[in-house]
Amino acid sequence: MDRNRLHNQVASMRRSLFDQGYLDDQFIQLEELQDDTNPNFVQEVVTLFYNDSTRLIQNIEQALNSRPIDFCKLDDYMHQFKGSSSSIGAKKVTNECTAFREYCNAENAEGCIRSFQQVKQEHAILKRKLEVYLQTVTSFSNSMSCMETILSYIAYTIISSSLYIENMDKYGKLFGTTPQTELGVDKCLTTL
Amino acid sequence: MTMEEKMGGSNREDEALDRFPVGMRVLAVDDDPICLKVLGTLLLKCQYQVTTTNQAISALKMLRENRNRYDLVISDVNMPDMDGFKLLELVGLEMDLPVIMLSAHSDTKLVMKGITHGACDYLLKPVRIEELKNIWQHVVRRKKPDSKDRVNALNQDKASGGIGEAVQTSTSSSDQKFNKKRKDQNEDEEDDGEDNEHENDDPSTQKKPRVVWSVELHRKFVAAVNHLGLDKAVPKKILDLMNVEGLTRENVASHLQKYRLYLKRLSSVATQQANMVAALGGKDPSYLRMGSLDGFGDFRTLTGSGRLSSASLSSYQPSGMFGRLNSSAALNLRGISSGVIQQGHPQTLSNSINGLGKIQPVGLPANQNQNGTLFQGIPTSIELNQLLQNKSANHFGELNPVNNPNVSGVATNFPDARMTVGSSSSSLSTPSGSPLLLQANTQQAQRSGAFGNQSSLDVASLNQESFDMGVHGFSNFADNGGCHENWQNTVQLSSFPSNSLSTCEAFSHEQLHTNNLQESISWRSSHLNDNPIDLSASMANAGLEDSRGDMQCQISPSNNVIHNIDYAAKQQWGENSSFAGADSLVAGAPYVQHLEAGKLAFNTKLRSNEDILFEQRKPQNEFSQNNFETLDVISSPMIKPEQYNETGMMEGELGYDAFPLGSCI
Repeated sequence: MDRNRLHNQVASMRRSLFDQGYLDDQFIQLEELQDDTNPNFVQEVVTLFYNDSTRLIQNIEQALNSRPIDFCKLDDYMHQFKGSSSSIGAKKVTNECTAFREYCNAENAEGCIRSFQQVKQEHAILKRKLEVYLQTVTSFSNSMSCMETILSYIAYTIISSSLYIENMDKYGKLFGTTPQTELGVDKCLTTL
Repeated sequence: MTMEEKMGGSNREDEALDRFPVGMRVLAVDDDPICLKVLGTLLLKCQYQVTTTNQAISALKMLRENRNRYDLVISDVNMPDMDGFKLLELVGLEMDLPVIMLSAHSDTKLVMKGITHGACDYLLKPVRIEELKNIWQHVVRRKKPDSKDRVNALNQDKASGGIGEAVQTSTSSSDQKFNKKRKDQNEDEEDDGEDNEHENDDPSTQKKPRVVWSVELHRKFVAAVNHLGLDKAVPKKILDLMNVEGLTRENVASHLQKYRLYLKRLSSVATQQANMVAALGGKDPSYLRMGSLDGFGDFRTLTGSGRLSSASLSSYQPSGMFGRLNSSAALNLRGISSGVIQQGHPQTLSNSINGLGKIQPVGLPANQNQNGTLFQGIPTSIELNQLLQNKSANHFGELNPVNNPNVSGVATNFPDARMTVGSSSSSLSTPSGSPLLLQANTQQAQRSGAFGNQSSLDVASLNQESFDMGVHGFSNFADNGGCHENWQNTVQLSSFPSNSLSTCEAFSHEQLHTNNLQESISWRSSHLNDNPIDLSASMANAGLEDSRGDMQCQISPSNNVIHNIDYAAKQQWGENSSFAGADSLVAGAPYVQHLEAGKLAFNTKLRSNEDILFEQRKPQNEFSQNNFETLDVISSPMIKPEQYNETGMMEGELGYDAFPLGSCI
């Protein structure tokens, strides 16, 4: 079934994200925080992260492009970036941030620039993957609810119809029906 | 939880405590919105009440509005508007709340810095829920020893004179309970301040085990600091220069911190005249300790730099400072053995009087150089008068630690010298090394009418013993009598346990009015000196009540005095919540010494306020409760509870007024 397929898809995507080291335990914590009172917590946090980190990346690029490079400021920016990425469990991104910080402490401009490229790359990859993943999750949960709705509707219809028909039969006999009516009722009953 | 809280009402706090750690109120500060959101949600998951903000400045504002609204603060290290460590320091000093640092980096240096600035804990990002589940321990840890100490102190007090009891029993039933609570809180605060002020303080939570910053010690400390230059003074170097066995770098660090704050406050309140009730010679070691810790910072400054003298001294009237002190000491409502009254080491008295605008109780020895410590032989009233005139009560406020004649000098030794510690009330505030004291002092100064109580709180912390001591000292004073015309300068034995404060308060209170010395609250005791100082007796007298000035320091059983004082004080400030009153009284006295005492007192005061505000707060809590049920609430920028009733605010403000003076944001 579609639903099953979706379900499998979600599970395997998730597994691969973890296996490949894109996400770590912190992400699981986020998922655990999601519950009925907080149904979209993960999605919200991830969205927030990408909005905020875009801004940070711009700041860092600016700082890297300025001459002379202000390593202190760079460090501050990166500190914050690392903080947020680790808070959502973005493992690879966080690791690249750590590497960047080392270059920064050594005031190695070249190293910083290179390392930052890595950071941006990992950041972009993860963003894509998370988007797909979360979309799948959403559609899965939506599909689940859709299905449920449809199924319940059908069931309701069947039950009410059968009741109606039964009654119709009874009433027909009571009040006397024309042969046509009876025929019609019979047809209905048989079809059902 | 919401329901529970609602039902709690007045018992909200109790309930919260019962359900503790559930419902613990946490303030989270982090400029990173993602971390803040995650942290807030995690905390909610732990069933704490959460308030989040991404600005350190607004966090401070919220905390200052009502310190009792929060149990714990979690703060990021790197923030754009303010350094996390600075926030940590301020919160620890001003509000004495446990603070947990948060950072993405785990540099040893940073962690160390966090510890030296007083952080309870240092967490790494990303924060895990397991770690957050245990943070409540820091809140308990702060409170527990206090209660234990409090109990001890209470016992002590009882032993020495049952001031505490007296306090409790003396007041009317309604007050009584309140007083008791206050006293407990004061003690708690005191203990808190003393013991748990900073991580690096003596870890033992007992009041006593703390490092006693005796006059000698403080003198060495100040000498070392001056030698290195205040800006360059680092604990390690100071420690090396001081060359004292058994002193740890942490002790020095915390002392240095207080000292710095004290200096700051002094300079800001220098103009305020604080009547320092001569620290009633806080003989009491614990008392002294408190005072010294706090006051030392101050007086050291005073003694060392002789800066003290200026502002405070001038305004003070030497007369009867000591006498006042005694009385104030006796007044310690808290049963703090008003160190002030302590017997006078004349030296200390003189020292303090001499010149310390600042509370020099601690540095009495140093004072000596200047003018002969206040406490030193305050043998003659004349001398005392002199001293008083010269020095602001600071000295007294400082309340030299027991050891220091000076320090508590005022408080302690005033056996004869009527420590007319002239330190103006302002000096009281300033001298009080401890931020709290200063605060209190300042407040007092500000509030002349009000309750300098804040400071008295500090004093309150003074234990009974000192009080007793002081009382005795006063008897000597009695002879001198008469010096006190304006006890304005009475040194506020900041360190004096509430005893002195209380008395001082009474006295100073009046004085304040007259002299516009806000801080002289405690020094009012000088007022009392009109009569021979019979500390105990006079203080206890209703003098407090009516004429504040009437408090006479009679050296009667300190118990009585304390009783009376407390009672009187209570009555006086009944409307303001006796608590406040008591506080002021207490605070009034020995500012000097009590940096910590003050702080405690202050805290106590706040705490008492809390009680008062409890009701009011409740709705807020409920609000918060509701809030944090929904994510929105969490993410929303601070949830500000409604304003507490005025009283509460007032009192809260009390505490804070002073603060801005010295605090740096």
